Amino acid sequence: MLSAFPADPAEVTSSEAALSRFLHGLPGIDKVGAESRAAMLGTRSIKKDAKAFAIDLAISMIDLTTLEGADTPGKVRALCAKALHPDPSAPDAPRPAAICVYPDLVGIAKEALGKAPVNVASVATAFPSGRAALDIKLADVAQAVQAGADEIDMVIDRGAFLSGRYQQVFDEIVAVKAACGSAHLKVILETGELSTYDNVRRASWLAMLAGADFIKTSTGKVGTNATLPVTLIMMEAVRDFRAATGRQIGVKPAGGIRTTKDAIKYLVLVNETAGPDWLTPDWFRLGASSLLNDLLMQRQKLATGRYSGPDYVTVD
Amino acid sequence: MSSLSPTPGKAFDYAPAPESRAAVDIAASYGLFIDGKFTEAADGGTLKTVNPATEEVLAEVAVGGAADVDRAVKAARKAFKSWSALPGSERAKYLFRIARLIQEHGRELAVLETLDNGKPIRESRDSDVPLVAAHFFHYAGWADKLGHAGFGPDPKPIGVAAQVIPWNFPLLMLAWKIAPALAAGNTVVLKPAETTPLSALRFAEICVEAGLPAGVVNIVTGAGETGRAVVAHPDVDKVAFTGSTPVGKEIIRTVAGTGKKLTLELGGKAANIVYDDAALDSAIEGIVNGIFFNQGQVCCAGSRLLVQESVAEQVLEMLTRRLGTLRLGDPLDKNTDVGAINSAAQLDRIKNLVAAGDAEGAERWTAPCEIPAKGFWFPPTVFTGVTQAHRIAREEIFGPVLSVLTFRTPAEAVEKANNTPYGLSAGVWTEKGAKALWTAQRLRAGVVWTNTFNRFDPASPFGGFKESGFGREGGRQGLEAYLDV
Repeated sequence: MLSAFPADPAEVTSSEAALSRFLHGLPGIDKVGAESRAAMLGTRSIKKDAKAFAIDLAISMIDLTTLEGADTPGKVRALCAKALHPDPSAPDAPRPAAICVYPDLVGIAKEALGKAPVNVASVATAFPSGRAALDIKLADVAQAVQAGADEIDMVIDRGAFLSGRYQQVFDEIVAVKAACGSAHLKVILETGELSTYDNVRRASWLAMLAGADFIKTSTGKVGTNATLPVTLIMMEAVRDFRAATGRQIGVKPAGGIRTTKDAIKYLVLVNETAGPDWLTPDWFRLGASSLLNDLLMQRQKLATGRYSGPDYVTVD
Repeated sequence: MSSLSPTPGKAFDYAPAPESRAAVDIAASYGLFIDGKFTEAADGGTLKTVNPATEEVLAEVAVGGAADVDRAVKAARKAFKSWSALPGSERAKYLFRIARLIQEHGRELAVLETLDNGKPIRESRDSDVPLVAAHFFHYAGWADKLGHAGFGPDPKPIGVAAQVIPWNFPLLMLAWKIAPALAAGNTVVLKPAETTPLSALRFAEICVEAGLPAGVVNIVTGAGETGRAVVAHPDVDKVAFTGSTPVGKEIIRTVAGTGKKLTLELGGKAANIVYDDAALDSAIEGIVNGIFFNQGQVCCAGSRLLVQESVAEQVLEMLTRRLGTLRLGDPLDKNTDVGAINSAAQLDRIKNLVAAGDAEGAERWTAPCEIPAKGFWFPPTVFTGVTQAHRIAREEIFGPVLSVLTFRTPAEAVEKANNTPYGLSAGVWTEKGAKALWTAQRLRAGVVWTNTFNRFDPASPFGGFKESGFGREGGRQGLEAYLDV
């Protein structure tokens, strides 16, 4: 794929015009075709051992998220406790990959998690709208990093993207990446506001070229969040980007993924689009909150043969 | 990210997920469905139908002889009088009832079709059976509106239709034949393929369940001899055949001078044209669906990939990567993409043509899949370096074998696409609407798909040019074959 990709990625980012030419030269996406491919993958029937494997994998990929105006230190501590002991009745249940909070609560989360292998991710850059001056966004990032965030989830400036100011979006991502230091950068495209699959593909490439470690679908704060077809386009993008540059980028669908059935559809899509190299929390995450309990209930059912119901998992 | 080591993920192996066989109840033997009842063949002949995925014998089926065919045609003739006299709205009630019963028995019919044909349950469940019901619903809607179909104010049925169908879409081809015939007021004698009679026999039971008057639908099973007798019967008014071009030619000779109306839907060697400005990821899916749907045993299969030279290398790389994910195996497994070849005879034909491709110097690539020990199987195969002169570019293989050719300009694409004795279908892949239309206008094929392939709809007419036959099935146009116009 993209055999025309230049040996040096700096070539396509050398100027606004070059960037624009490159992004608009990417192969188009047929809406009907992409949606029917995603729907077909959704018909895969994952049973028995494969289901158990998928449930544990999905749990380990969750970025357990609370992003509410009403968040309190107590709420975040409870969520961290949930991450550390997802299912008190099953100590072998895997832990989610990360806790995802607002920057001012990063310190609380770090403290609550201690040295446990659960990362703290923080949204930043004037999440969710991204409508602030760059220095404010960078200060937002710096504060989260200083408080100990392992991962930063930034939002792109959709206004700039939609008006074709790709260089501005690119430069912002580069600046945020620099502000992240050693923290991993997830770039939220807010695909629900990009409106076309062609835009999703362009935004994915733009973010990857600018240094994203992960590309993420959504903030969870707009009408349309993660969908299978959008995730398909993004998986194709990271697959093609690795083929062209040798660099692997992760993908994180977020928002609206609530059931085990949904989560498994995403894993199947990853498996059959980019391949099993991406089937680890290092390269694929699910941004979700209520999903964890559904996965745990299904996990209990596989273990006991009975569906015990929502009162047998903890609500935090 | 100190806590997470960046290691690649583990393989995600899907556990077997077979659809339950308990949905079907196959009898040890079946008779002929004539005049509303199952009866033995006059001379007691039978044939065995096998599951091509396991070679297990599924049932014994009667072989209809000349006397049985005569009985069936007489029953159809008798029923024609009252059936054609019914108001269209009354005929519609029966067709709607059949359509609903097909939906109600959907799972059972899908399993039965997969067992007898070898196609993946995903296709029989998501494609064949829903289309069968849709065809009956569509033509049920036409039954009381024939005067508005464009064939005059009060078009009349033809009479008794002899219908001979193939084994690749047994129930769907039955629907394509029976639904318009009945809607227009004809009665039918249908001969299913010898390797796939079971779904047609189950359909006969559904006709009984729907209360369809005796003799309106007659199903006479058997092989080539039975088909010949059905076509040649002097009291048949109309012949409809779907199958191979050589048999189609034989039927033309049989029918010549008899006054019988004839429609034929025969072979194909469709070109699937991929321009360099196509949405390539979708084009790859379209190529896969075009040639590996139903193991390539599709008359309109996109068996010749014509790809523009400037993207040929990239398309092949993407295609082979994608083919590596195809899952070949147990057709009843819900995750199977490629099922079994329908018969040993068909497998031999595929092998012979593939050997011809090797001998003529084309380069063969085979998808890496494990072939089950029993049954009839052929892995997805791609030939590159194919030219118009190769047999694999000219002859219908009717198997999961794709021949890849390249072109430089749109004019060359059209010239190569049309340079075949067939003309059933074609595909065009480009994001430029004007180019898609320019190309489609010049393709001599009955169906041209743009940015999709093998998409069917009861409202859309289907049929061929040249050696792919004549007449249309589906839609308003499909009524013409069953009306005296």
